[in-house]
Amino acid sequence: MTTPILQAQSLKKIFTRDGQSDFLAVDGVSFDISAGECVGLIGESGSGKSTVANMIARLLDSTEGRILLDGEDVTDAEARKIFRTVQMIFQSPQESFDPRRTLGDGIGESLLNVGQSRAEVREEVGRLLEAVGLSPGFAERYPHEVSGGQCQRAAIARAIAIEPKLLICDEATSALDVTVQAEIVALLLRLMRERGMACLFICHDIALAQDFCDRLLVMHKGKIVEEGTPDEIIQSPKQAYTKMLIESVL
Amino acid sequence: MTAEPTVREAIVHKSGGKARLYIFGAAAILLIVGALFSESLCPYDPYLQNLDVALQQPSAAHIFGTDRYGRDMLSRVIAGSRASIFSTFLLVAIITVVGTAVGVFCGWARGRADDLLMRVSDLCLAFPGLVFALAVAGILGGGLHNAVLALAAISWPKYARIARSQTLAVRETTYLKAAMLAGCSTTQLIVKHILPNIAGPILVTAMLDIGTMMMELAGLSFLGLGAKPPTAEWGSMMSETRGLLQTVPWAVFAPGVAIFVAVMAFNLLGDAVRDYMDPKMRGR
Repeated sequence: MTTPILQAQSLKKIFTRDGQSDFLAVDGVSFDISAGECVGLIGESGSGKSTVANMIARLLDSTEGRILLDGEDVTDAEARKIFRTVQMIFQSPQESFDPRRTLGDGIGESLLNVGQSRAEVREEVGRLLEAVGLSPGFAERYPHEVSGGQCQRAAIARAIAIEPKLLICDEATSALDVTVQAEIVALLLRLMRERGMACLFICHDIALAQDFCDRLLVMHKGKIVEEGTPDEIIQSPKQAYTKMLIESVL
Repeated sequence: MTAEPTVREAIVHKSGGKARLYIFGAAAILLIVGALFSESLCPYDPYLQNLDVALQQPSAAHIFGTDRYGRDMLSRVIAGSRASIFSTFLLVAIITVVGTAVGVFCGWARGRADDLLMRVSDLCLAFPGLVFALAVAGILGGGLHNAVLALAAISWPKYARIARSQTLAVRETTYLKAAMLAGCSTTQLIVKHILPNIAGPILVTAMLDIGTMMMELAGLSFLGLGAKPPTAEWGSMMSETRGLLQTVPWAVFAPGVAIFVAVMAFNLLGDAVRDYMDPKMRGR
């Protein structure tokens, strides 16, 4: 068997706060993601999903455990050491772009940082915008000048610019209304197939994750309580918590 | 009560503060240009003593009168604008740059260095500024440059505080996380993302500080710790002539009015800039 793209091994995160008791946000989470696979991480607010995502993207240090990307230990690496492999799409699209810079600047930033010339980057940004269904003119716009859906498309363009092997979508569609949500999910699916990216799809909506993912992980109070294909989990949930999640949407 | 807006309302509200920005901006530019070309604007040599015309009342020949050495007060006020205005600019530039650098460093690095620098800044903020500046100027000796250094030593913490809190806020934003995942180095994060996003409030504070700092520099000079005679500087000119207040009031009056006008112009410009930068006032 080939090495998985991502191996998360007993990840643990404890938030220490002054004057308050420590908070155990993630408690021994382990899972693998293979090349091209789409794994859904579902659970209610506060279950620790985003903390897992931020630890994998190296935006947050883990308290315990190991993270391996392509078999290489990156547990203590900085975000800028792994950005070629892992990219992330955030929940609120407008807030994920620097308000003082254009969308084009944001999309092309990673390409500039790997040494491409400005002219190359400008052309590539145009191609990326077309790939996510926006006209190249959007490169000149500022985040507050476009709609949430358009901005999230630009965020997808930014995430795929560097051709990562793993794309983390942290509630990427939650801030959008239902029709835009469907378009964005369809776009993500198409791009992943075309480019063979693996995906960690974080979401609180089990119905959405069911259509999108090859495998689901159900998270509750910092632990993975159930794992399986969407069909297995929806047809015969083993945990009461999973049943509750399913009943809340179906 | 009429529904007609007053002139003030029209200027302040209808234009979103832009009219004030232009008016006081023009006044400030006038002062700066005047200071730049002060030598050619002076009707007389500001340092030429002529005891024959000492202590003259304001007249057509000497609009602000003359001082006890017969020097033309108008010329001295104009010549003094250079020392007063440009040393203020130098001072504000120093504290803005130093304060911002310290603040960004503290907000970014956090930890022990942050604690230490912030305690030092607390100390500076808690200490009466002019008293500290007097002590520093006393140790360094008089002179305009030392006065600038003395005031800079006590005045940077305000900027450090603002820059630090803004940096702390920006480093938690999603766009900064996105920039980290775009492979930006720490320098790039600070230069490309943090500084542009924190510059607004810092620049507004700097604008508002020009007036205050002009007063404090003039104050130090008045106390004899700033510009040295015979250098024309508004604060020291008031100091030189203060003994004559009851007999030749115009000699004190002229530099006093100059300070008043310059401080007002820069303060009101600072106010206008602050209102203009306020996003709620924009686009009105």
